[in-house]
Amino acid sequence: MLFLIQDGITNGAIYALLGLALVLVFAVTRVILIPQGEFVTYGALSYAMLSAGHIPGTAWLALAMGVVAFALDLFAARSALRLKAVGRAVALNIALPLAILALTYSLAGSKTPIAVNIVLALLIVAAIGLFLYRIAFQPIAHTSVLVLLIASVGCHLALQGLGLVFFGAEGLRGPALSTASFTVGPLNFTGQSIAVYSVTIAFIVALWLFFGHTLMGKALRATAVNRLGARLVGIRTTLSGQIAFLLASVIGAISGILIVPITTLYYDTGFLIGLKGFIAAIIGGLVSYPLTAVAALVVGTVEAFSSFYASNFKEVIVFTLIIPVLVLRSLAAPAVEEEKD
Amino acid sequence: MMTNRWPLLVFALVVAAVPLIPGVPPFWLVLLDNIGLAALVAMGLVLLTGVGGLTSFGQAAFCGFGAYTTAVLTVSYGFSPWLTLPLSLLVSGIAAVVLGIVTVRLSGHYLPLGTIAWGIGLFYLFSKLEFLGRNDGISGIPPLSIGSFRMLSPGTIYYAIWIAVLASAVLTMNLLDSRTGRAIRALRRGHIAAEAFGVQAPRAKLLVFIYAAVLAGLSGWLYAHFQRAANPTPFGAQAGIEYLFIAVVGGAGYVWGAVLGAGIVVILKEVLQSYLPYIFGGQSQLETIVFGILLVLLLQLAPTGVWPWLISWLPIKFGRKHPDTALTLPARVRSPTAPSVLLQIDNARKQFGGVIAVNDVSFDVQAREIVALIGPNGAGKSTTFNLITGVLTATGGSISVLGKNVDNAPPQEVVKLGVARTFQHVKLVPDMTVLENVAIGAHLRGSSGAISSMFRLDRADEAKLLAEAARQIERVGLGDQIGQLAGSLSLGQQRIVEIARALCVDPVLLLLDEPAAGLRLMEKQRLAALLRQLRDGGMSVLLVEHDMGFVMDIADRVVVLDFGTKIAEGTPEAIKTNPEVIKAYLGAAA
Repeated sequence: MLFLIQDGITNGAIYALLGLALVLVFAVTRVILIPQGEFVTYGALSYAMLSAGHIPGTAWLALAMGVVAFALDLFAARSALRLKAVGRAVALNIALPLAILALTYSLAGSKTPIAVNIVLALLIVAAIGLFLYRIAFQPIAHTSVLVLLIASVGCHLALQGLGLVFFGAEGLRGPALSTASFTVGPLNFTGQSIAVYSVTIAFIVALWLFFGHTLMGKALRATAVNRLGARLVGIRTTLSGQIAFLLASVIGAISGILIVPITTLYYDTGFLIGLKGFIAAIIGGLVSYPLTAVAALVVGTVEAFSSFYASNFKEVIVFTLIIPVLVLRSLAAPAVEEEKD
Repeated sequence: MMTNRWPLLVFALVVAAVPLIPGVPPFWLVLLDNIGLAALVAMGLVLLTGVGGLTSFGQAAFCGFGAYTTAVLTVSYGFSPWLTLPLSLLVSGIAAVVLGIVTVRLSGHYLPLGTIAWGIGLFYLFSKLEFLGRNDGISGIPPLSIGSFRMLSPGTIYYAIWIAVLASAVLTMNLLDSRTGRAIRALRRGHIAAEAFGVQAPRAKLLVFIYAAVLAGLSGWLYAHFQRAANPTPFGAQAGIEYLFIAVVGGAGYVWGAVLGAGIVVILKEVLQSYLPYIFGGQSQLETIVFGILLVLLLQLAPTGVWPWLISWLPIKFGRKHPDTALTLPARVRSPTAPSVLLQIDNARKQFGGVIAVNDVSFDVQAREIVALIGPNGAGKSTTFNLITGVLTATGGSISVLGKNVDNAPPQEVVKLGVARTFQHVKLVPDMTVLENVAIGAHLRGSSGAISSMFRLDRADEAKLLAEAARQIERVGLGDQIGQLAGSLSLGQQRIVEIARALCVDPVLLLLDEPAAGLRLMEKQRLAALLRQLRDGGMSVLLVEHDMGFVMDIADRVVVLDFGTKIAEGTPEAIKTNPEVIKAYLGAAA
C-alpha cells in the first residue's frame, strides 16, 4: 500500500511540474502545449546522451531553429531594419544557439560531471522552446484556440519525428543525480525521489512568487487575461509568450532529467507523460497552480494503484478519471457567457 | 446554403467516372477510398467544431464503435454486413449520447480536453477487451456484397464510400440550411442569444454531437468492410487529432472543406511517405516531421482553411432566392382575456456576492405602453432585463409576465410568453446573413426537426419562417441589406437587425437594450416612429436607453434606477424636473 502511494507521489510530482507548465503556457498564450511531452523527452534523452559522452542532435536543432527564427525576425522587421534590431536578432537567434553548441562540443565527454550535463541539456531545450514559440506560434498568436491547438499538434508531430532521428528507437536511461538512499519504516527513499519532491516544491513556490510578486509575472498574467489590453498598457505580448515557452521548456526538460534515471524513456514516451500532466492541469482548471499540483498527485496515485491492481486498464482508468471532474467543474462554473471568436 | 446544385452534380459525375477511366492505378482508388472515409468523419467535425463550436478530439473513437460493432456481429455472430449498418450507426449514436450528455455540458476549453481524455480512454479499452481481440483486433470481416456481387477491390467499395460521402454532404448542407441548422450555427457565438429565442442549446449541442458521431460510425463501418479487419490503431488519439486537422485544414466551417481537407491531408501523407525516403535516404518518421512542419506553415498562410480561400478565387457566386413574402405564419396564440398588466416586477433583487445590482425594484408595464428604464451606468438596467428574460435568476422578489410567475423560468420559457429582447452588446452571428439571423427569432414559430430538414421535408415550414423574417426586415427598413452578412453592417444597423429578430417572435412585450446607441439622427427618428407604430398596433415596449432626447420623446412612462435602486417613476415631464434624478445624473449642487 504505502509503497504504491510513494510511487504515485513520485510520478504525481512529475505530472504536477508538467501540469504547471501547461497551465502557464495556456494562461499566457492560449496554446494548449501538446509538445510539452517532447520537451520532456528532449531534456531527458539529451541528458542521457551527454552522460554517455555523445553530442545530442538537439543542440544542432536549436541552431537550425535559431536560423529560421532569425530569418523570420528579419522578414518581420524588413520595412524598418535598424542595426540595433538586427544585432539583437543575431545575438538571440544565432549567437546564443551557436554558443550552446560550442559549449556542448567543448564540454561533452564521458567524464563530464552530472551537473554540467544537466545544465547543457537544459540550455539546449530552453533554446528550442524559445524558438518554437517564435517560429510556430508568434505569427498566429491572434488566431483562435483551435488553430493554435492544431499548430501545437503539428509541432508535436515534427518534434517527435525529429526525436526519433536524434535519439533512435532504443530507449535510454540516464545516471541518477544521487545514489544516496535511506529507509524510514517500510519505505525506502532514494536520493532521486527526494530530488523529484524538492524540485517540484521549489518550482511551485517559485512560480507562485513569480506570478504574485514580480512585475514580469503580473505582466504575464495581464497578457493572459486580455492581450489587447496588455499591449495598450505597454506589455510586450510577444515577450510574454517567449517567456512562457522558455519556462515551459525548462520545466519539461527538468522533469525529463528527473525521471530518466528512474524509468527508460523512448523518443515517443513524452506524449503520454505530457497527457497525464494535462489531466492534472485540466482538473486544476487550467488556472490554479496549487490545485494542479494536488490533482497531479491524485493522478499519480491512481495510476500507481491501477497499474498494481488492474494493469491492463491502467490508462483507461487514468484517462476516464478526468470526466467526473470535468462534469463537476462545468456544473460549478457560473453561467457567464464567453465571447468567442 | 446554395440553391445552385450544378457544381454538386458535376462533382458527383466526376467522382463516379474516376474508376471507369481505363488504366487508373488501383492504388489511386485506395487513396480515394481513404479520402472518402476521412471526409465522412471530418464532415461531422465541420458541423460539430466549425459550425457548432464544439471541438472534439474523440471522433476516431466513434469510428471504432462503428467498426467494432460490425466486426463482432459479422465475424462472431454471422450477421449480414447490411444488417450491421444500422446497428453500427446505432451503437455510435448511443455512445455519443452517453459521452455527449457528460461532455457537451463542458464549457470553453474543458470540452476539447475532455474529448482527448475519453478518446484515449476508449482506445485503451478497445485494445484491452478480450471480445474485441485486444491489440490484434478482429480479422476476416466479410466484404460488402449485393447479391452475388462482392465489393472486394478498392474500386468497387469506392462507390459505397463515395455515395456515403455525397449523401452525407447533401444531408449536412440541408440540415445547416434550416431552422435547426440556424440554431446550431447560432451556438458558436454563445448560447444566450439563441436561448432568448427558444433554442434549447444543450439539446442542439447534443444533436450535433450525435450527428458527428453517427457520421464517424458510418466511416468506421465502411472502413471495417474495406480493410476486412479492425484493430485499435486507427481509432486512437493520433487519429482523432488527425481528423480535426483535416477539418481545420480544409476550412472548419465548410462541408466541402472536409472533403478538400481529407484530400489534402491523405495525399500529402502518402506523397511524403513514398517520396521522402528517396530524397533523404531511408530515414523513418521523416514524413511526420515534414507533415508537422507543413501543417504549421499552412495554418500560418491560411488560418481559416483552404476551402474559403479557394472559393474566393472561383468566379461562381452562390446566389440564394429571395423569400416569398406572400407566405404568412399564423400569429402566436394569445389568451383572449389578456390582463392589462403585461409585466409586473415586485421587489426584484439581484446580488452578485456582496454587490447588490438590483435592489428591491418594483414597476410594471401595461398593455400598449412604452416604458423607458433609465439611469447612469451601472444602475442595474441590463441586469433587470436579464432577470425578466430568465438569463439570470433573481435573488429575491418576484417577476410575472401576463400574470404568470417567471421567477425560475429559463429564457426559452419566457420567450414563449411573448417577451422578446435585444442585447446591449449585439449578439448576432456575423457570418450568417441578416435574413438568417432574423429568422432565428421565429424559431419557436416553426416546427421542423433535424431529420425532416435533412431530407428537405421542411421546405413549406421553412419558406414561411423566412417570409416572416423578410417581412420584419422590411418593417425595420433594412430590406436592402437582407442578403448581407450581419457582421458587415454598421453597429447601429446591427441593433436594428436585433429588433427585427425580436419582432419575429410576434411578441406582446419588446425589451430593447439601448436600441438607439450608434444610430444617426435620421435613423433614430425612424426607430421612434417604428416603436410608436408597434405600440399603436398593441405591443408594449420596455427600453433601456441613454439618449434622453429619444427617451423623453417616445416614452409614456419613465422608471429611473440608480445604484440598483428605483429612485423615481413618472411621465417624462415629471422625471425631467425630479430633483433626485437630476442629482443622480449631474451630482448634487455644490
